[in-house]
Amino acid sequence: MSERSDGPADANLPDDVDAPDTEDLEPEADDSAVEEAAKRVPRGVPLKVEGLRKEFGGITAVDGATFSVEEASLTGLIGPNGAGKSTTFNCITGVHEPTAGTVQFRGEDITGERPHAIANRGLVRTFQIARELDEMTVLENLMLAPGHQRGESITRSVLPGLRGDVVRQESELREDAWETLEFFEIDHLAGEYAGNLSGGQRKLLELARALMTDPEMMLLDEAFAGVNPTLEEKLLDRIHDLREQEDLTFLLVEHDMDLIMENCEHVIVMHQGRVLDEGTPEEIKANEDVVEAYLGGEV
Amino acid sequence: MSAVDDARGVLERVFAPDAVKVFAMFAGIWLLFYWFGNQLGYTDPFILALVRRVTFLSAVYALAVLALNIQWGYAGLFNIGVAGFMAVGAYGTAMLSGSPGGSPPGLGLPLPLGVLGGVLAATVIGLVAALPALRLKADYLAIVTVAISEIIRITFNSPAFANVTGGASGFDNLPTNPVRTLLLTEPGSIISDPTPLGQPIFSLATEYGIQRLTVVNTVYTVGTLVVLLGVYLLLERIGRSPFGRVLKAIREDEVATRSLGKDTQNFKVRAFGLGCGLMGLAGILWYAMGPRASIVPVNFRPELTFYIFIALIIGGSGSNTGSILGGALFASLLFEAPPRIAAIIGDRFDVAADPANLVEALAPVVEGDLMPLAGFLLNNIDTLRFIGMGVLLILLVQRRPEGLLGARKETASAVSLADDTRPGTAPERPTAAADGGGDGDE
Ligand SMILES: Nc1ncnc2c1ncn2[C@@H]1O[C@H](COP(=O)(O)OP(=O)(O)OP(=O)(O)O)[C@@H](O)[C@H]1O
Ligand SMILES: [Mg+2]
Repeated sequence: MSERSDGPADANLPDDVDAPDTEDLEPEADDSAVEEAAKRVPRGVPLKVEGLRKEFGGITAVDGATFSVEEASLTGLIGPNGAGKSTTFNCITGVHEPTAGTVQFRGEDITGERPHAIANRGLVRTFQIARELDEMTVLENLMLAPGHQRGESITRSVLPGLRGDVVRQESELREDAWETLEFFEIDHLAGEYAGNLSGGQRKLLELARALMTDPEMMLLDEAFAGVNPTLEEKLLDRIHDLREQEDLTFLLVEHDMDLIMENCEHVIVMHQGRVLDEGTPEEIKANEDVVEAYLGGEV
Repeated sequence: MSAVDDARGVLERVFAPDAVKVFAMFAGIWLLFYWFGNQLGYTDPFILALVRRVTFLSAVYALAVLALNIQWGYAGLFNIGVAGFMAVGAYGTAMLSGSPGGSPPGLGLPLPLGVLGGVLAATVIGLVAALPALRLKADYLAIVTVAISEIIRITFNSPAFANVTGGASGFDNLPTNPVRTLLLTEPGSIISDPTPLGQPIFSLATEYGIQRLTVVNTVYTVGTLVVLLGVYLLLERIGRSPFGRVLKAIREDEVATRSLGKDTQNFKVRAFGLGCGLMGLAGILWYAMGPRASIVPVNFRPELTFYIFIALIIGGSGSNTGSILGGALFASLLFEAPPRIAAIIGDRFDVAADPANLVEALAPVVEGDLMPLAGFLLNNIDTLRFIGMGVLLILLVQRRPEGLLGARKETASAVSLADDTRPGTAPERPTAAADGGGDGDE
């Protein structure tokens, strides 16, 4: 993807204290071995949430949630409606300021930082209700996302001598954007206004756009709701690829239990704003409280 | 890919359809006012003066509307203090470049410095006023801007600072019209000897019986049109750049834009400052010099802001071309045309009746006498056009909220985003690819 040219965000990424060995991590080639590898090799913990609490007037949406997410993992965050999952995402990404508690990303305290700063650290999220930029085309939506674009400076986009650079970067971005659109199978919609997309297409656009920011960790809030099963499969494959090849970390909110149980190596269960349990899918299925609270005895 | 080709590509792309629209509109306005002049029995030099007058007002309106478009049309920043920023520009330039001996005294700086200073002053005051408000919700910005605009006007109006600002009677000591400096050896006197540059122009004008004042004003108007074109091209570039794209995104959904890592605060501040600076420039060209030069606090009442908003809504907010169309149509059709139409009707039909109020005007209608009503309407054309504006605004918002130019749908990118830009598809779609090369990026 596009390179970040001059962002200060790059400079102050700390040497990852918690993850000394990520460079040496050679993903085993075979799919079946990947999950094994994930457990064996010591990993960093990019995201740590401690005692997170968020009150809205009288309602306590998140009530002291504590959990962490391992590097290059696919972690599921599940829980009944109103459990506080989206609010947790909002607090992590700066959309809401937490009432109490701390959020750490790559060893740095980012609690209460502004959303753009957090996104520029490489922690990017999607929204449960897709927030498309309706009067912009699908391609424009994607080209917006990459960070630190040269043409975001007024002088550079205006002065003839400097404009050339901007145009060059724009055509690179355009190429990336087309590629991403093709992958997400919405390239036929490139010129369509985002406001005219269907619900599922919006979800895809939202995910594609978030990926265009070249993130290190993604928080996906029901990103697959309304996406057809074949494409969902393909997107999950892509997510697995990104984890293995680029060490991207994913935290996934989903109501589709099969999806979570089949794809995540770690699952966090929230209930009434707290973390009720966490563990491997097998451990979660075995926990009767969880089954009671959320799975409704189905599994 | 030479710079010339690049520039030509950009010009072709930007202008192809839009230039036609703008030119057709100006041609229409000129024809209409030529016809008005004809009907009123004006001689050609007078008709030229009339057409010049309407062109100038159209141009300065268009300039102010363009400035508002970058704030409201692009970034969704609701600035209802446009008049205040225009005042700061005009006063700023006059104070900097007015002669030191005049009253109130100016600093006597060269005019280009004065203009620059006026633009900067408008920018800085805009930023200072808006910085705290931009952090808050949109409504606060609206409140703060309307307040700052009134504070500015009242400050200029106040007797307390009259020795600096001229108080209620205005800043009389205006800078010299640059066209006079250019064409006359003694800019202060219209009958002084022409400069070498002025010589041929004045003698040509004399042949057609055109007065010197009309010549000066016409040249100034042409200069204003050139500035308008420059600002338009500048804003088009900005609109079609990643910066413009972020502004558009902020207008659509600021939370989503932030979550993609854009410091929306920073973008809004820059867009706001740019818009205020350009409002200052519009104020300078309109009021600090030229044919309508007059710096009086009453010029900068909130109505002016609302006119500019109406013009932007007419043209289509979000569209630079629409801004020019809206500004020019508003100034010509709603401001300049009604009095001419009234004059023509008054000339044609001997409308002598002059009833004192609507009742006196309406009563004779029952007896079949329309003259008193006609006379009443003609005499009150100034008031009536505000009713007309209100009706037009209601119709527009109901029927065509996007304005004349379908507005908001201009693509924000420095390169073409057409379908044929997809890598590797051009050969399969030769017809579409043929016209896609104009973006000068390959
Ligand atoms: N902005 C807000 N203002 C007030 N209350 C809120 C706000 N956002 C969330 N809540 C409340 O917080 C609680 C948790 O909501 P949240 O959206 O986090 O749930 P969730 O786990 O994402 O649920 P779902 O699975 O339905 O998306 C709910 O009771 C909700 O009403
Ligand atoms: Mg939710």
